[in-house]
Amino acid sequence: METAKITKVAGPVVVAKGLKNAKMYDVVKVSNRKLIGEIIELNKDLATIQVYEETSGVGPGEPVFSTDMPLSVELGPGLISSIYDGIQRPLDVLKASSGEFITRGAEADAIDRKKKWDFEPILKKGDKVISGDIIGTVQESSIVKHKIMVPYRIQGEIKEIYKDKFTVTDTIALIEDQEGSIHEIKMLQKWPVRGSRPYKKKLPPIEPLITGQRVIDTFFPVTKGGTACIPGPFGSGKTVVQHQISKWCDAEIILFIGCGERGNEMTDVLLEFPELIDPNSGKPLMERTILIANTSNMPVAAREASVYTGITIAEYYRDMGYNVALIADSTSRWAEAMREISGRLEEMPGEEGFPAYLGTRIASFYERSGRVKCLGSDDREATLSIVGAVSPPGGDLSEPVTQNTLRTVQVFWSLQDKLAYKRHFPAIDWLTSYSLYLSGLSEYYKKEIGEEYIETRDKSMALLQEEAELEEIVRLVGIDALSTHEKLILETARSIREDFLLQNAFDVTDSYSSIKKQFLILRLIIMFHENAEKVIKNGVTIEKLYALPVKAKIIRAKLIEEKNLKIFSEIEKEIVSQISSTTD
Amino acid sequence: MIKEYLTISEVSGPLIIVEKTIDVKYQELVEIELSSGEIRRGQVLEITEDKAVVQVFEGTTGINISNTKIRFLGKVIELPLSMDVLGRIFDGSGRPIDDGPQIIAEKKLDINGNPLNPYARDYPNDFIQTGISSIDVLNTLVRGQKLPIFSGSGLPHARLASQIARQAKVLGKEEKFAVVFAAMGITFEEANFFISDFRRTGAIEKSVMFVNLADNPAVERIITPRMALTCAEYLAFEKDMHVLVILTDMTNYCEALREVSAARKEVPGRRGYPGYLYTDLATLYERAGRIKDKKGSITMIPILTMPEDDKTHPIPDLTGYITEGQIILSRELHHKGIYPPINVLPSLSRLKDKGIGLNKTREDHANVMNQLFASYARGKEAKELAVILGDAALTEIDKKYVKLSDEFEEYFVKQGEDENRTIEESLNIGWNLLTIIPKVELKRIKDEFIEKYLPTDITTEDKDINVVKG
Repeated sequence: METAKITKVAGPVVVAKGLKNAKMYDVVKVSNRKLIGEIIELNKDLATIQVYEETSGVGPGEPVFSTDMPLSVELGPGLISSIYDGIQRPLDVLKASSGEFITRGAEADAIDRKKKWDFEPILKKGDKVISGDIIGTVQESSIVKHKIMVPYRIQGEIKEIYKDKFTVTDTIALIEDQEGSIHEIKMLQKWPVRGSRPYKKKLPPIEPLITGQRVIDTFFPVTKGGTACIPGPFGSGKTVVQHQISKWCDAEIILFIGCGERGNEMTDVLLEFPELIDPNSGKPLMERTILIANTSNMPVAAREASVYTGITIAEYYRDMGYNVALIADSTSRWAEAMREISGRLEEMPGEEGFPAYLGTRIASFYERSGRVKCLGSDDREATLSIVGAVSPPGGDLSEPVTQNTLRTVQVFWSLQDKLAYKRHFPAIDWLTSYSLYLSGLSEYYKKEIGEEYIETRDKSMALLQEEAELEEIVRLVGIDALSTHEKLILETARSIREDFLLQNAFDVTDSYSSIKKQFLILRLIIMFHENAEKVIKNGVTIEKLYALPVKAKIIRAKLIEEKNLKIFSEIEKEIVSQISSTTD
Repeated sequence: MIKEYLTISEVSGPLIIVEKTIDVKYQELVEIELSSGEIRRGQVLEITEDKAVVQVFEGTTGINISNTKIRFLGKVIELPLSMDVLGRIFDGSGRPIDDGPQIIAEKKLDINGNPLNPYARDYPNDFIQTGISSIDVLNTLVRGQKLPIFSGSGLPHARLASQIARQAKVLGKEEKFAVVFAAMGITFEEANFFISDFRRTGAIEKSVMFVNLADNPAVERIITPRMALTCAEYLAFEKDMHVLVILTDMTNYCEALREVSAARKEVPGRRGYPGYLYTDLATLYERAGRIKDKKGSITMIPILTMPEDDKTHPIPDLTGYITEGQIILSRELHHKGIYPPINVLPSLSRLKDKGIGLNKTREDHANVMNQLFASYARGKEAKELAVILGDAALTEIDKKYVKLSDEFEEYFVKQGEDENRTIEESLNIGWNLLTIIPKVELKRIKDEFIEKYLPTDITTEDKDINVVKG
């Protein structure tokens, strides 16, 4: 190990002299406390290091140790259900070893070295393999089968493969390459976080990521392999939307990154996820979830790294052939960490003090998503979707982080505090949000539910837009200026808002709606509207229509349980009969 | 043997630069001896091989380059603590100012603390009854929460904070309770209001106060809240007490931070505040909470005055992103004579959902809360419309909503400074108000609760009287 000396300390930035062979982004240990840091700038024999821990008490003259390795994550069985900090230290292990508060220089293996896993070989001795081929599996949790892949850049013939209980560092197979050298294959692999993991080919996304949230799935869907962002001022419900997606979306693996956010929110996830049951697998949600928690009071440099740690783990599971969803709350805090480090480096600032490379960093992060053909000879396909929250200062969307994010992502869920004040949740504004995946997904919807789905959705959207225009008129000249038909539009739009878009995350039934149920509710509302349109021509008043008993049933339709969806056809019949009876 | 330096090369704002330093550490505590013999304290902000940038807490007035002595004490700032701190008043740097003796330390703690492991946190879910309807029903405070009051100059935030400190209790439990109060740059009158109010109610016995007044050094404000929180952590997590921390006024704290940042010639973020303001505030606010297997808790109420009542100003904005909600005071309500002037629509408690309901408050709480919010919002909206178009433009139903929103402010939000309403009383007032609108409009309440709680015996005429009685 090379040693060098500190020459300057300024907050999380430390300058060291005499680090031989230092490479950019190598990990170093700073001072005798062995604080973890990363080289972020080299200038002759001076290396600038960002330290992932509090630096108080560190001074010039203290040693710096090089590890000659870039910042890497450990990959292997044991990741699922873990909670890590930004540099993949397991927080549960840290609590057991050093107490409730995180002390400095604490070290712990990201993956338990002692635990034994049942390794089940798929391939046998003599098989030819290339990088990415699955040689065997391990049951990692009750729902996740961890696939052990041939590491990158290794190919050849399996000389030996064992079936037994192994720790992650035991040799499970031997592979001989063309040059005749033997590689020992272990379940544990390492990967540098700042580089994306390779795949064969990127493919366009074709399937929606079903989240069970009506406004999202029906109006602004994101695809498996797609990207979405949720900007919104504080109090507009970003975190609840993110939690809802990570709870209910139909991905097989969830990575949840709490990046510079509240500690209690992570606690909430930690306490709630083991209790919640995944509607797709029937098992606790924690069995498919990995948490990265670098809360706002934890060191800022580790916050910068947390996003990369998370996405690298996500890519690893994608490579096994899984549909992975990564939820990052909040990318603004990540950008702010970049700004803070950049400021300490005295770099020339771009907009609002953010570094000039902000846009590039954001874009390359989101670009790590996608639907891909994985490495390996079986051509398996997998997806990695990214949903990032953005916290614009003062709710002002013109700020650099939001703008750079919007340039990259395909789906924009615009949260409005105005809606939140009315307790309309999720407070996603239906007029300003968009999803660029809509047209690409129509094939899927046609196949799954039918042509009518798209018609119903488009019709509803048109009504909501008409409502906005009519409200403008009402504001100027009053409601009496409207025709009965226009009043009906207002009422139907209100019904779409209150009986469909409004969704209570804290209600057991309402929290999740299947795509089928979403369609059924929306069809009730539109059916009522279309039938009403016919009778108002004959002079039936709005008041009379809205006093119909079936109206109450539409209001409560969202509370119909998934197993009772046949009730909908009865309500539909009632709509037709009750409305036609008004003309009698 | 501690070395003395006479090598100041530069004094600028609250900073001094000391040269030829050896073996100095980042954030080390520094003693500065002026030629007059006065001793001040400071902290190392940046350190290179032979130069240290030191921030002086008591200001740099009177410091000269030639004969001011600097001593680096080889430790970070620590606060001496024991149970004797209860009932005491300290200055912003932790020295007693109440003529009492020095604290004999049972323990000395680094005022910066360490970040709490998120895995060790316990979720705050014990309902705290403050006796204030608009908080208890609509923006429920729970133990371990950080809920700031966003106020403006001239608004009664001090009275509200002191009312909360006085009345706050967890239902059905008698537990050890303490208040830690940190004043940063507030006036003597305001500080005195708290001190005398705490004396009047006897709360002073259970309080620890750290006071930095408007004429005290600004830079000292940077350590005052850290002192208070270190004290709170000691009481909560080592002495099993439930601690309520009041920090006022955070705006002054942030301004002190900006002053230091400007003196260091750092790249400024929004409105000249440093780019690390969010991180810095988070290291204060995130010290609130509960820990698994520990009895005590820290509940925090920071108070900040929004410059020009602007919620998007960086201080309230960043605070709102860290804290678990906010109580916003409204100048409009204050002018109407409504105390406490809590603007319930933009106010929010993020942790309320886990603290309310059956066995915590009452089964109908969540429903009533949602219905009141929605109805009040609709009433306010209709009122705005009426301002433009006149009352005639309103439908019958909208008129009822307007009435509801007016009475909501008058009977639900408004209450006396010593009026301590139970949660049942507050909920019942809410139900009485909901009789103003037709029953079918109660879309957010389950039928069974409507059946059970909606008053049927009061007519519109005598309802007001009922409301007043609670």
